Amino acid sequence: MSKEDRRLLILEREMKARMYQKSALLEILHLAHELYGYFDKELLNYISERLNLPPSHVYGVASFYHLFKLKKPGEHVVSACMGTACYVSGVEEIISAIEREFNIKRGGSTPDGKLSLFITRCIGACAMAPNVTVDNEVIGKATKEIVLKRIKDIIGG
Amino acid sequence: MKPENILRIAREESEKRRAYKYRINICCSSGCLPFGALNLLKAFENAVKEFGVEGECKVARTGCPGTCSIGPVVLVEPGGYIYQNVTPEKAKEIVKSHIVAGIPAKEYLYANEAFFKKQFRLVLRNAGKIDPMRIEDYIAAGGYQALIKCLTKMTPKEVIDEVIVSGLRGRGGAGFPTGQKWSFVAREKNTPKYVVANLDEGDPGVFANRTLAEADPHSIIEGMIISAYAVGAEQGYVYVRAEYPLAVNTLREALKQAKAMNLIGGNILESGFNFNIELRLGAGAFIAGEETGILASIEGRRATPRPRPPYPAVSGLWGKPTLINNVETLANVPQIILNGGDWFAKIGTPKCTGTKCFSLTGKVRNPGLIEVPMGITLREVIFEIGGGVPGGRKFKAVLVGGPSGGCLPESMLDLPIDYESLTKAGAIMGSGGIVVIDDTACMVDTAWFFTDFCVDESCGKCVPCRVGLLKIRNILERIMRGEGKMDDISLLEELGVYVRDASLCGLGQTAPNPTLTTLRYFRDEYVAHIAEKRCPAGKCFKKEAPLEVRV
Repeated sequence: MSKEDRRLLILEREMKARMYQKSALLEILHLAHELYGYFDKELLNYISERLNLPPSHVYGVASFYHLFKLKKPGEHVVSACMGTACYVSGVEEIISAIEREFNIKRGGSTPDGKLSLFITRCIGACAMAPNVTVDNEVIGKATKEIVLKRIKDIIGG
Repeated sequence: MKPENILRIAREESEKRRAYKYRINICCSSGCLPFGALNLLKAFENAVKEFGVEGECKVARTGCPGTCSIGPVVLVEPGGYIYQNVTPEKAKEIVKSHIVAGIPAKEYLYANEAFFKKQFRLVLRNAGKIDPMRIEDYIAAGGYQALIKCLTKMTPKEVIDEVIVSGLRGRGGAGFPTGQKWSFVAREKNTPKYVVANLDEGDPGVFANRTLAEADPHSIIEGMIISAYAVGAEQGYVYVRAEYPLAVNTLREALKQAKAMNLIGGNILESGFNFNIELRLGAGAFIAGEETGILASIEGRRATPRPRPPYPAVSGLWGKPTLINNVETLANVPQIILNGGDWFAKIGTPKCTGTKCFSLTGKVRNPGLIEVPMGITLREVIFEIGGGVPGGRKFKAVLVGGPSGGCLPESMLDLPIDYESLTKAGAIMGSGGIVVIDDTACMVDTAWFFTDFCVDESCGKCVPCRVGLLKIRNILERIMRGEGKMDDISLLEELGVYVRDASLCGLGQTAPNPTLTTLRYFRDEYVAHIAEKRCPAGKCFKKEAPLEVRV
């Protein structure tokens, strides 16, 4: 994280606009997550310094909310919805198939950092269950075959 | 801007709308977007031009009419014809037949009257019919007239009285009388006061609030402004889940447009009343939907609940009086103001007035979002509106109320849906999730799934929830591995009651429900697992250990 980092300037501007208020922490974390894709220790320490909050508090908030990632995700991200409707409709089978096919564990990435597999909370598209999101594209009424093919297409190309 | 200007916009927009003989509404909700709704919008616009009927047919982008399983969906008015699984090719034929020749294209129609027959659309009255990105559409449909009525003809006390008369109860799950809650905040002297609209719909399998925000955001905003006027608040927050990007964008745009028309901001419609609304994003914490959790989250902290009293009505955001309402509750308010509390009180049952939105999912033929009057039975919802269980399978159970709701068996299906009946049966109204489970599911596994969710989402503050739920999950896993003992059943019951009675907030107090209700209604399945080492649904005992690394 260098000082010249443009993303840092954007972050700094937002904190200034919010007058470095401690109550803006969640908003600032949202923006930082959007800019960097995940939080590393340095980034969290920087935010805690600027907002004058203990690092433990910032880390506590960042790790509390499921949306925030504390590890760098892979180049491509697959997230399977684990809502009730998706579970009942057999998303577990799709997840296991991805795990087997790409030698990856849920919550982890492939060694080459190309692919990450996450489990997400209900995305609210329950009538189309099961849902799997591949790089922000939601695949509704998903099957093992469709999802595996889609993943192979994106990491292959 | 003056109230007359809003009424003028309403008149002009209605005239514009009447000038078109037909209106084609394309659902561009989260449900239909992944299936190419935007391409469809273009296809219809092109087709209308190609046939030269753009003068008599309006093509509009709208929210969801509720029939999510047959998307992309197109609704043609007048007549409310719904076309299912529409493709760009079909679009052309539909325009040719329905608009040009005036004969609905029968082969593509959604021929399922039962889905709508028993519904009563009050909160979702505009869903699928107006463009959520145009405030003018909402105004033309009678929007913001309740606000004008409040600001020009009613005192805050009269507004609260009207809501009390209506009998409206909180739609977030607990069912607390809304008017009473408003009066608690209104009587506080401490200022400034805040109002919070809760759209942290964290229950898996529930999407009623999302659909409402995507289809008719202004009904939420109008209800919120009225509530702020009633209690004397000047600042409001809408707390939305970040997992709902389209709902977030729709609300953001709606707030911008409402501000431009001076429906929020300073001196609203020259009434002297000031009120601002800010959007706050959640970050994936189920507990943030709890009323003290949401406050902590808005203040930028971990969303951990705190003991009550003091209630948020006395000491909420930054220690000030705060009114927290679910967005569905708020969307009811404009209708109550316009039609009167007495009118509203006649819908539903005497103790539970009005309607409730339910997300109907799982093993049911017509999944989707429905709105029904209170007091309707589960059987009507599942077998008439939902069309029953597909694939020749048998109905086994229905989970009502989200992950901390209860699993009810066939024998309970004639239960009327209202807060008291559901609680008595061991379930809860919750945020209105109805998940149908067929005979392929194992009830022990189902209880495990929901307990696992609650273990993960427990904030860890109080011991009964943090440790008790973990213990329940471990015992369930033991039973599923075939290592259960007969004593485990009574142990589960005992633990469940402790967690329910001793937890700090609603999450812990309801989290044992799936375990307790499956023990109550499906005890034989537990016994089969323990005594016979057999899973009646054939699901357990072959589960691979989740931590094992596969090569």
